Amino acid sequence: MSRRNPFSTVRWWSIVLKEFTQLRRDRLTFAMIVGIPIVQMIIFGYGINTNPKHLDTAIISADSSNITRSFIEALQNSSYFRIVGTLPNEAAGRAALAQGKVLFVINIPPGFTRRLLRGEHPSLLIEADATDPTATANALAAVNGIVQSVIQQEITGPLAVLRGKPAPFSVAVHPLYNPEDITQYNVVSGLMGVILTLTMVLMTGLAITRERERGTMENLLAMPSTPIEVMSGKLIPYIGIGLIQATIILLAARYVFQVPFFGNVGAVYLSALLFIAANLTVGITFSSLARNQLQAVQLGIFYFLPNILLSGFMFPFKGMPDWAQAIGNLLPLTYFNRLVRGILLKGNGWANSWPSVWPMMIFTFALMAVAVASYRRTLD
Amino acid sequence: MTAEASSNYAIDVRGLNKHFGDKYVVRDVSLRVRRGEIFGFLGPNGSGKTTTIRMVCGLLKPDAGAGTCLGYDIGRESAEIKRNVGYMTQRFSFWEDLTIRENLDFVARMYDIPSRKAAVEEALQGLGLKERASQLAGGLSGGWKQRMALAACMLHQPRLLLLDEPTAGVDPRARRDFWDEIQSLAARGISVLVSTHYMDEAVRCHKLAYIAWGRLLTQGSAAEVITGQRLSTWALYGQRLAELQEVLRNQPGVEQTVTFGDTLHVSGTDAEALRQTIESTAHSAGLRAEKIDTGLEDVFIHLMSGSDRGDGGKS
Repeated sequence: MSRRNPFSTVRWWSIVLKEFTQLRRDRLTFAMIVGIPIVQMIIFGYGINTNPKHLDTAIISADSSNITRSFIEALQNSSYFRIVGTLPNEAAGRAALAQGKVLFVINIPPGFTRRLLRGEHPSLLIEADATDPTATANALAAVNGIVQSVIQQEITGPLAVLRGKPAPFSVAVHPLYNPEDITQYNVVSGLMGVILTLTMVLMTGLAITRERERGTMENLLAMPSTPIEVMSGKLIPYIGIGLIQATIILLAARYVFQVPFFGNVGAVYLSALLFIAANLTVGITFSSLARNQLQAVQLGIFYFLPNILLSGFMFPFKGMPDWAQAIGNLLPLTYFNRLVRGILLKGNGWANSWPSVWPMMIFTFALMAVAVASYRRTLD
Repeated sequence: MTAEASSNYAIDVRGLNKHFGDKYVVRDVSLRVRRGEIFGFLGPNGSGKTTTIRMVCGLLKPDAGAGTCLGYDIGRESAEIKRNVGYMTQRFSFWEDLTIRENLDFVARMYDIPSRKAAVEEALQGLGLKERASQLAGGLSGGWKQRMALAACMLHQPRLLLLDEPTAGVDPRARRDFWDEIQSLAARGISVLVSTHYMDEAVRCHKLAYIAWGRLLTQGSAAEVITGQRLSTWALYGQRLAELQEVLRNQPGVEQTVTFGDTLHVSGTDAEALRQTIESTAHSAGLRAEKIDTGLEDVFIHLMSGSDRGDGGKS
């Protein structure tokens, strides 16, 4: 009877021990077990901010007085705005917004102070990049309060007669690119990069480890093939797959989520092609570094994490602390998000796209070099 | 040696050494395989056979040592070597999710074979794989996989075949067919280096080398290998040989006892001491004993235990 014991603690313990031993041997898995929670904790705990502050703001000032200076100071003091510089004219302001250099441009029209003192109730203009409504919403909501405090401080003494209704001056907010503040516009266009990152990196990550694991790598190496032939040859099918995915996402964005396409769809495809290339080089590098398919998948996930969290896809990029933005600036997804949102929602052309294009190109060439260098020509 | 003399050798390597971490896998291995020769490479598992073969065809870089393969330097000209060598790996290394034809077609393109389609058809025909051409390679039995692998290795008409335990796990008939094929290839002038564990395959080789613990212990023709060990061997016939084996093990002149069914082979290098021991033992046990020719297997077991003693004696 005891021989037919359905649960033997000895057998059970032998399995537990075996699992622990195997886990201990697999260094990378072990590193992931420790590394993923640490990275997640740091990113979520410190990096991500759903109430982003210190957002980059530029000023076009055609009028300078105590009142306008006080207003700008009050903006800074609110901690939502960080004044990064002044711009000469509206065209420069639009370009800075289109390229994502600033989120806000504050336009003080000529004769603002004079008209204020005459009681003509003039307006200041704040132009906001509203592609990502969550990034700008809190800051814009704070503007009215700032106006009130400036009035309290500056419109005093003989000027106090100007107080009351309507307010002596007002601020007109002009949410550009996404005037209805529809979050989906931003999320759907960002999704393209996220989906491409996940599938491209994971699929190509397996491309070489699969050969190694199945023993076919030895055969491939014994044949007269060069590293660049093997690697680039393996990547070609995935470029096609990536473009099919991009098409599906674009169709869904246009016809299901009604995202407006202001820019050139051909430009979106070119951007997607470059972005696919960048991700394929990541995948193929992982593939030649990883010892087996599981490790390749783990590296892929490890890469995916900062991409989804720090690229400005899920949380406002400008709201992150500098170190998190610095990491984000190393990821191609950060640039692709800006690029695609720029083309689709802002109608950006070549000049405004270039600042996001060249970092992706550098990334791609650098990683391709790493991938080819780390490709093992022998079985050593 | 002149360049002309060296061109007589398909493989001519000297002093190959290879470490993996702190593991010394191949020590000072020198091999010479003549053109058109079938060279048998024998030795226990993990003795360095596969590592040596991989160094010869450029898949591993030797830590020390040099040489040529088909006249090409194994260190610098591995691209040329790969183009002219057919290497059949120990483990089936073709793509199991491709059909037989797709596998052959892939290999043919890799080597940029002229009139590729005809070459693939010819290979399928020649190996009798025509009807199975559209079957996935993964679904083939061991014998068929091995035939397919050989066909793929031969597609680019290599001048040298490196076969790493090609018949492991293959039934005797398929093994015999395979060896007939190898011998006809050798007759056409193709050199073959083949590693094996089977004695019946070893005797079909023109030359043999025995490697154990990374060291080459002997090389030469089968007859040279046997005489080189100066072993004399006696056969004892009867029942309960296991007990007899225990008794004989520590007797003078006895160095090695091996049972083959109802026959016990007893070997030693001191022929006279061995004769006396055997005759007295056979007499007292009432068994028939006769002196026989020492076989390859006796020699290999002797070599293996000899190097074992030499290695283990220090500890």
